[in-house]
Amino acid sequence: MIEVLVNGERRAVPVDATLLDLLGVLHLDPRVVVVEHNRHIVRRTELERARLAPGDAIELVHFVGGG
Amino acid sequence: MTNTLTTDLARDVPFSIGGHTFHSRLFVGTGKYRSNEEMVRAIEASGAEVVTVAVRRVPLDRGRDDGILHYLDPKRFFLLANTAGCYTAEDAIRYARLAREAGFNDFVKLEVIGDQETLLPDVAGLLEAKRVLVRDGFKVLAYTNEDLVTALRLQEAGAAAVMPLASPIGSGLGLLNPFSVRTIKSRLTVPVVVDAGVGTASDACLTMEQGVDGILMNTALAAARDPAAMARAMRLAVDAGRAAFLAGRMPRREVAVPSSPLEGMLD
Repeated sequence: MIEVLVNGERRAVPVDATLLDLLGVLHLDPRVVVVEHNRHIVRRTELERARLAPGDAIELVHFVGGG
Repeated sequence: MTNTLTTDLARDVPFSIGGHTFHSRLFVGTGKYRSNEEMVRAIEASGAEVVTVAVRRVPLDRGRDDGILHYLDPKRFFLLANTAGCYTAEDAIRYARLAREAGFNDFVKLEVIGDQETLLPDVAGLLEAKRVLVRDGFKVLAYTNEDLVTALRLQEAGAAAVMPLASPIGSGLGLLNPFSVRTIKSRLTVPVVVDAGVGTASDACLTMEQGVDGILMNTALAAARDPAAMARAMRLAVDAGRAAFLAGRMPRREVAVPSSPLEGMLD
């Protein structure tokens, strides 16, 4: 396992896990979540190719109510 | 009577921002409602097409996504993402890019806040973020104060629309400076949509009477005792204010002018 930072929280993920794997573990639908990987936005189609490395910072965001 | 008003408004010029024509001049936010169901009822009642949303972290380990898209059909409503909560140009740019990646449109309501207590905009940050976002192909609607020169600079920097405030966000103080908002509208060629500060229907009506192209509100609906009923009132107020502007109000006079004939009075 390796440790990454997801939305500011430390998370352990398997070695070689991809961003799509991470969304799967968190039960998040890739169609409504936008992913930022070490400050770079990752397109939906690229999620299964983007592998996680120790210490990576991932932000998972979506739309919420706002004015 | 409502039908006659509708006929008057049907002769109005179409309202477009960044090449997109909107059928309602009332934009509504989606924040601070007591429940999502109440929010949906209010938005339906408002007749709004443009609804604003914010970008935030997904809660982890909740086992489900409770984002706003579960309640609002993006095919039916035009989702306008904001950069609320951003205090620097860099943050606002980051949030705008994340919002665009959600894939609905390339519009963004740009907010760069300069002061926590009043939530008044940081003009320098706004202009800085705007230049980058316009260069990146965004259609930027810029939330700003009621200062004409800032509004002009935002237009020069490529704003799709300028959004001066009526009064501070969430204050419900109404239109504090009709003169400034009217001046901005008279000097800009891009649409002017007043954003923030209206509290009740008369505020919305007075704002639209200044000739601005539209109005965006959130708390006035969300914090009303009955949001859907307030949304219906706001819808009528926006229509009434627009119709009154189109009708052309009488000039203001400092003296009375009798409405009844002076002739024919008894000796």
